[in-house]
Amino acid sequence: MNSIMPNLYPASAEIFVLIMACVVLIVDLYCGKKLPGIAFVLTQATLVFGGVIVWLTADAHVALTFSKMFIDDLFGDFMKIAILATMAIAMTYGRSYLDDRGLNKGEFYLLALFATLGMMVIVSANHLLVLYIGLELMSLSLYAMVALRRDDAAASEAAMKYFVLGALASGFLLYGMSMIYGATGTLQIDEIARQLAYHAANKTVLLFGLVFVIAGLAFKVGVVPFHMWVPDVYQGAPTAVTLIVGSAPKLAAFVMAIRLLVGGMFLVNEYWQLALLLMASFSIVLGNLTAIAQRNVKRMLAYSTISHMGFMLLALASGVIDGASVADLRFSVLNAYSAALFYTVTYVLMSLAAFGTLILLSRAGFDAEMLDDLKGLSRRSPWFAAVMLITMFSMAGVPFFVGFFAKFSVLEALIQADRIGVAVFAVLMSLIGAYYYLRVVKLMYFDEPVDSTPLVAPTGLRVMLSVNGVVIALAGIAPNSLMSICALALGYSL
Amino acid sequence: MDFGIEHWLCVGLRHHGALLGLNYIDMLDNYLPILLFIIVGIAFGIAPMLLGRLLAPNNPDPEKLSAYECGFEAFESARIKFDVRYYLVAILFILFDLEIAFLFPWAVVLREIGWFGFWAMALFLAILVVGFVYEWAKGALDWE
Repeated sequence: MNSIMPNLYPASAEIFVLIMACVVLIVDLYCGKKLPGIAFVLTQATLVFGGVIVWLTADAHVALTFSKMFIDDLFGDFMKIAILATMAIAMTYGRSYLDDRGLNKGEFYLLALFATLGMMVIVSANHLLVLYIGLELMSLSLYAMVALRRDDAAASEAAMKYFVLGALASGFLLYGMSMIYGATGTLQIDEIARQLAYHAANKTVLLFGLVFVIAGLAFKVGVVPFHMWVPDVYQGAPTAVTLIVGSAPKLAAFVMAIRLLVGGMFLVNEYWQLALLLMASFSIVLGNLTAIAQRNVKRMLAYSTISHMGFMLLALASGVIDGASVADLRFSVLNAYSAALFYTVTYVLMSLAAFGTLILLSRAGFDAEMLDDLKGLSRRSPWFAAVMLITMFSMAGVPFFVGFFAKFSVLEALIQADRIGVAVFAVLMSLIGAYYYLRVVKLMYFDEPVDSTPLVAPTGLRVMLSVNGVVIALAGIAPNSLMSICALALGYSL
Repeated sequence: MDFGIEHWLCVGLRHHGALLGLNYIDMLDNYLPILLFIIVGIAFGIAPMLLGRLLAPNNPDPEKLSAYECGFEAFESARIKFDVRYYLVAILFILFDLEIAFLFPWAVVLREIGWFGFWAMALFLAILVVGFVYEWAKGALDWE
């Protein structure tokens, strides 16, 4: 048996995060009482240095290691940095919130680190089982984080729902993977693509597997009809956890979709494009219409997530144009998938800011989560009302905010793929969606504050939220740089 | 000509396999011992009970039908709420039990996988030890 030492260099960031997670565990255990902030500091250091390691080891060369089960490419590096940065921002936002509620324990940071590690493994997976292990590491950590406030009935219910449905989705995914293995004889993602290209795989078994894989994927992204968990989990989890559940995992799920559908099963795209298109359309309708009826901001943002993820899937589903030449195909595929990536990244930025504002408005003994809590924010804090304004305008897709450009590039991809009907439908639905985003702005600027307690959030949160708002505004003024980074990162991997 | 059930099973599977593009017959060869094992297992479980029911004399009386012929009557239903600590212990047990199960195949092929295999397992155990230290120091192993 050949058992030479694998090349560990491409996985150095993951190894670093794993070692640091163990270090945080032990250090918090023995020094947590004396130095209460140690877990937070170590976690932030891990996330930052992990990002630095990814940055330093990034190159255009695609490296495979661990018997070709692990892939390190520029797309993966970009996504890992995005995930690490998102987690670091989320940790900064969540700290005071957790502190006030007695949840600021080492375990929270530990679970966050393991979830991060899981996401990094998903990003670098070139093997269905590695992907699955990464996914489980991420999901199990998230289930536990949702249940962190364990004496709270809503949080326990949310965690239970998330866990049971998540386990079901994992089962779907595994079953689909076994079918794909049955059809192609391999679990390695690039090998699956090769088998489909050069050997006649059994189509019935393959498509059977594909359907299950898409179902598992749709659950993790949270699109109709696998969206049931999203509102309950967003509402029931502590806001600091909702922030994490609603941000970084979306990036990981996006990579999962790219690796599985584009990397592995591109040749059967006519089938999965149709499935994605259907799920996306239903998500946009359900998300936008149901969000209008919500009084709870977290629940409203949950439905907004469903519709945003639907929008992202629209772009993923319009890469291939019927009857295009190979050169045209490469262009349209890159164009559509980088639109989807751009959409996901900007969505994550916006959702961080939105939940960050909710944390800003919360204080010890009070969770800001109803729409009424946002009333008159402009009088309480003009600056943070402006940050929320930018975020809401951007989510609604008002021109010259970054969300507009994200929606624009998705629509462009749709029109290129000759799906003009779907594009018109998506525009109409986002017009309906604009109502509930603009309602938030109206409440902040034109209503009297219900509660005029001064904001007590610490400096770290204020600075980070301000930076987040400024980044969203800047990305809206100059979206090209972020867009070209997205295209560049994907271009090296497709 | 006498075709046994085996023959028809093969024909049926070949037909089904052709639909799915799989060669079941080769696969079936590998699974034959397992099939035999299942059949023998089921027979071993059912036969004594069946024989007992058919052959044994049957003269019930109230004493014989009571739960035990000695000791106490049952106090209450066994379906009660257990202390949550049982589950904690059970989960920890499963965790470390699986670790041992993982060690067996490793030990069998240790000669072939050499020092790399040895250190890979050492790393795995080291990570588990970190978890073990954590649960111990957190008091998950203390009953009171």
